[in-house]
Amino acid sequence: MTVPYAELKKDFKILDQHVNDEPLVYLDNAATTQKPEAVLKAVEAYYHTSNANVHRGVHTLAERATVQYEGSREKVRRFINAPDTAEVLFTRGTTTSLNWVARSLGDMVVEAGDDIVISYMEHHSNIIPWQQLAKRKGANLKYIELTDEGMLDMADLKAKITENTKIVSLTHVSNVLGVVNPIREITDYVHEKGGIMVVDGAQAVPHMPVDVQALDADFYAFSGHKMMAPTGIGVLYGKRKWLEKMEPLEFGGEMIDFVDLQDSTWKELPWKFEAGTPNIAGAIGLGAAIDYLETIGMSGIMDHEQNLVAYLMPKLEEIDGLTLFGPKKASDRTGVIAFNIDGVHPHDVATAMDMEGVAVRAGHHCAQPLMTYLNQPATARASFYLYNTVADADKFVEALKATKEFFLHGLD
Amino acid sequence: MALTKLDQLYRAVILDHSKNPRRRGVLDKATTKIELKNPTCGDVIQVQLAVEDNIITDVRFDGSGCTISMSSASMMTEAILGKSVEDALMLADEFSGVVQGGEAEHKHELGDAMMLSGVSKFPARIKCATLSWKALEKALETDGTGVDGQLKHD
Repeated sequence: MTVPYAELKKDFKILDQHVNDEPLVYLDNAATTQKPEAVLKAVEAYYHTSNANVHRGVHTLAERATVQYEGSREKVRRFINAPDTAEVLFTRGTTTSLNWVARSLGDMVVEAGDDIVISYMEHHSNIIPWQQLAKRKGANLKYIELTDEGMLDMADLKAKITENTKIVSLTHVSNVLGVVNPIREITDYVHEKGGIMVVDGAQAVPHMPVDVQALDADFYAFSGHKMMAPTGIGVLYGKRKWLEKMEPLEFGGEMIDFVDLQDSTWKELPWKFEAGTPNIAGAIGLGAAIDYLETIGMSGIMDHEQNLVAYLMPKLEEIDGLTLFGPKKASDRTGVIAFNIDGVHPHDVATAMDMEGVAVRAGHHCAQPLMTYLNQPATARASFYLYNTVADADKFVEALKATKEFFLHGLD
Repeated sequence: MALTKLDQLYRAVILDHSKNPRRRGVLDKATTKIELKNPTCGDVIQVQLAVEDNIITDVRFDGSGCTISMSSASMMTEAILGKSVEDALMLADEFSGVVQGGEAEHKHELGDAMMLSGVSKFPARIKCATLSWKALEKALETDGTGVDGQLKHD
């Protein structure tokens, strides 16, 4: 089936508006994505027809809510090809997922003198939880170097990951460079050395097919809002052998089996980690987002974004004084393009482009160590998604040229 | 095209201050130094002051940031040189109002910094304009100890 990508914009009312008198071109999808009507309707329908608390109460609405909430878990399981819904935990987002792993698994397996290995391209949410763990335990936090094109330096990776490495946590796709890391190859190496592999999939799951069994990582984290679901819902996939041993981080309702005066026992997986009333509507929205994405097809979405990047790259390379970060080949990356215009600060670029209706991000992208590594205080970033078109790409280039002209020569 | 609106924000004077900043560098005889960061965007600014008998006799700034934050710092050094500590703090307070759409009583003393009043139409950029002035306030209020800090997001 050929998907009419240009038609998809109609599913997103928010995209049909003018910003600063110009038609909106939304290119900040690595930060968050827009929600299709189907997702908004699913959330609304839940509140209109089925709102109740899950996993308790025998009344009809409670049962409906539970079926829908757990139905979303099954959709997530199928979407990432997890073996069992017991291994699919709902969280607040990638940040919470990674913090859970660093706290619960990290405190269990890491000891003084052990190595924890991450890389220079990580988002703060895949740095700080490990930093804190290293500080708690007296462990060493090591960073894998990058190549000139911003890809993981595999030689350095193999030197840094040793028998002394307890946990390796890497991003699947960089939120700044757009580079896709060879997770399966790395996971095999980590396992060979006896370590545990954790993957930050926040920028991968929305944009490409992800099969957690094929990747064989021990943990895989991602967020709903970056894949068209509402904010406040995310996922932590973990292998049962680890989740069984891990202690929950929060205690209270929904996660208990039996409560005695001095001690309690926990529910089975996945519920032992989900204390309190969960984000039911968010989970249902995530289920609807998965339905939407599956209708279009994840391979097609990846191709669509790579086609846009392949279309854009030569046009961007023609612009004098434009620095592009990350791999040159479209096939090595997703639709994330970080750039700087020589002599113009990225914040000024973002404000100017906003005046042209083009929404791009400027700043450190929650990746300060990467900015230091690239020797840039900040960069501008455009990130594309399935509803972006060749026309959006053209408008982006046009706005970029006008912005450069404005700051270097002023208006005529 | 919509970039014409940008002229409200980026006047020639502002671009000039950004490209040719006044008093950028290191002040050897500084009595007060401070570094302030805007954690959301990575801007960093250092302000160094020489205060003698309650008068700001010299000032330098350094750092990295966008056109707005760097030109504002440059304008700030022009506005406060030779002023008493109290007057400098009063100007900082007034400037903070101006970039949020308020009126200024001391337009003449604020000088080129008045050109940044257009920032009020770009709410996302107000903190860029106030960074150096907040650094100044913090440096003077800490009575010369010049502790480093972050721009508060209130």
